[in-house]
Amino acid sequence: MRHGVARFVTGFLALPVALYLFYVVWPFAQAAGYSLTDWGGYSDSQRFVGLDNYVRLFSDELIRKAFWHNVFFLITVPLFTIALALFLAFLLNVGGREDRAGIRGVFGSSLYKVIFFFPQVLSLVVIAVMWQQIYRTDGQGLINGLLIKIGLVDADNPIAFTADPEPFLGVPAVLWWLLLIAVWSGAGFYMVLFSAAMQSIPKDIYEAAILDGAGRFDTFFKVTLPLLRDSISVAWVYLGFIALDMYALVFVMTPSQGGPNHASEIFASVLNFTAFQKGQFGYACAMGVALAIFTILLAAVQLRITRRDRIEY
Amino acid sequence: MSTATHDLDRAGQAATGGGAPVPPGERHRGGVGSRIFNGFSHVFLVVWALMVVYPLVWVVMSALKSDSEVIRKPLSLIPEKLHFENFGRAWTEGHLGSFFLNTLLVLAGSVTLTMLLGSMAAYALARFEFRGNRLIYYMFLSGLTLPIYLAAVPLFKGVYNTGVSFPLLGPNKHAMLILVYVAWSLSFTIFFMHSFFRTLPDSIAEAASVDGASHTRTFFSVMLPMAKPGLISIGIFNVLGQWNQWYLPTLLMQSVSGEPKRQVIAQGLIELSVNQGYKSDWSGLFAGVTMAMLPVLIVYIVFQRQVQSGLTAGVGK
Repeated sequence: MRHGVARFVTGFLALPVALYLFYVVWPFAQAAGYSLTDWGGYSDSQRFVGLDNYVRLFSDELIRKAFWHNVFFLITVPLFTIALALFLAFLLNVGGREDRAGIRGVFGSSLYKVIFFFPQVLSLVVIAVMWQQIYRTDGQGLINGLLIKIGLVDADNPIAFTADPEPFLGVPAVLWWLLLIAVWSGAGFYMVLFSAAMQSIPKDIYEAAILDGAGRFDTFFKVTLPLLRDSISVAWVYLGFIALDMYALVFVMTPSQGGPNHASEIFASVLNFTAFQKGQFGYACAMGVALAIFTILLAAVQLRITRRDRIEY
Repeated sequence: MSTATHDLDRAGQAATGGGAPVPPGERHRGGVGSRIFNGFSHVFLVVWALMVVYPLVWVVMSALKSDSEVIRKPLSLIPEKLHFENFGRAWTEGHLGSFFLNTLLVLAGSVTLTMLLGSMAAYALARFEFRGNRLIYYMFLSGLTLPIYLAAVPLFKGVYNTGVSFPLLGPNKHAMLILVYVAWSLSFTIFFMHSFFRTLPDSIAEAASVDGASHTRTFFSVMLPMAKPGLISIGIFNVLGQWNQWYLPTLLMQSVSGEPKRQVIAQGLIELSVNQGYKSDWSGLFAGVTMAMLPVLIVYIVFQRQVQSGLTAGVGK
């Protein structure tokens, strides 16, 4: 019965593995190799410089800035998105009237879900181009236009949005405005995810809680939320990856792709700038390797922290 | 939309998450407070729904205004006159038409190949013991954590060098982009389908084998049909993911002067918006964004149940 297994397995794996090796693994391996050289990208001359590029990373002002901006997104994107998504899921699932049949979801909750999910199916680029128009720095922009109309903003001094490097709470304003877009586009998706998780919690658990006299808030915070732990930690990991990948927004929306005056630089934008504008490919590859190591460590740490005994029901 | 309204009643019951009976004596607990909370819920939900829908409606409506109206009355949601010609202009002069065609061409090839190769590899890895199985599996898995930017420079170089000997696989070629998309989508597809194939019962594969079916035949006519729900989920995930891909095409589909442009939609939109600085055609830009988002939104509204469960399943696994 097991005859021909080797041939079958080889036949099934050959093409995918070959494609993956050539287009994914090989470039990564090469990047690791280039990171040890001073290759400029266009010439054929490259000199082995050992770990010089990595040492240089630590004293690079721009990299340090980009690093803290990445950390900012890494904390705020998951935090705000999950908080909002949980809040919406809570309203949706326990916001209805309390009656004979217990606490209901609000009327029309599936319509809300359909609408909140919209941004998830739009591409990041569509979202970025759209928000570029919303964030326009004159009366033609949606937000400035509205605020000028109701007199909250002076027409001669509109909100600068992504062109605003001034710090707010110690972080350049442009980053907060980008964060808003990320939360806007992610909240609906995670709300649907959490809602699904809430509905898979068996009813007898709630019955028991209600018999014990728990109201809807108690039920939510002491029963639902702890049971959602798994979904929340998965969401946290995924949002972490998204936060590292804010590049599309930075690319489309900020002046000179990381500006103004480097106020919105993140790893990816510095890397591209270094490789393609400054022509320092070796150094850019070192940044990439550092970013990869950072990402893998982070994923490992997150999985470690969030792992806990699964509750089966 | 008939499905959506139909769902409302059912959702009212299903979405409670707490539809447990209240003991008779407690029936009126909450009473007024409950009603206030219900009202508050609706207010907040409506506000967020507006924040999501309003910008989308604004973009669509601005796409129907004349250029001067976009500038004069940027906020109005009702155009003075419907200017459908904006769409024509974006389609031809803005090259949206060819962006669409390119995207469809590439996706037709890349999604099909991703699904085929991904499920073949996942099946071989999930159901057969052989040396190197774990190694190959983890090699694919590691691709999930590595940032694409890291590979950018060598990838570009590799594609460029391949193009010297195989022109069809060089930069700015559809076939090349298809293969690159497939390679970069394999990690997640294999990861997802692997767990799916593991859950399928052994007995059926054995029965097929007893009946004299080869492994290949067992896969295509028995296992693949059984994995259909998984295939739908990961299929939706790949279609959306590859449709939205912008970094790889921006890197690999730059046309050298004289070459025909073969940009895909996301990349083309970026170009359209960047070029606004030189030649402002606001209504044309809005029309372009509208055309890029409406098809996806309509497909989503029609298949909302499948898309929602497909995408959330992708995360939940």
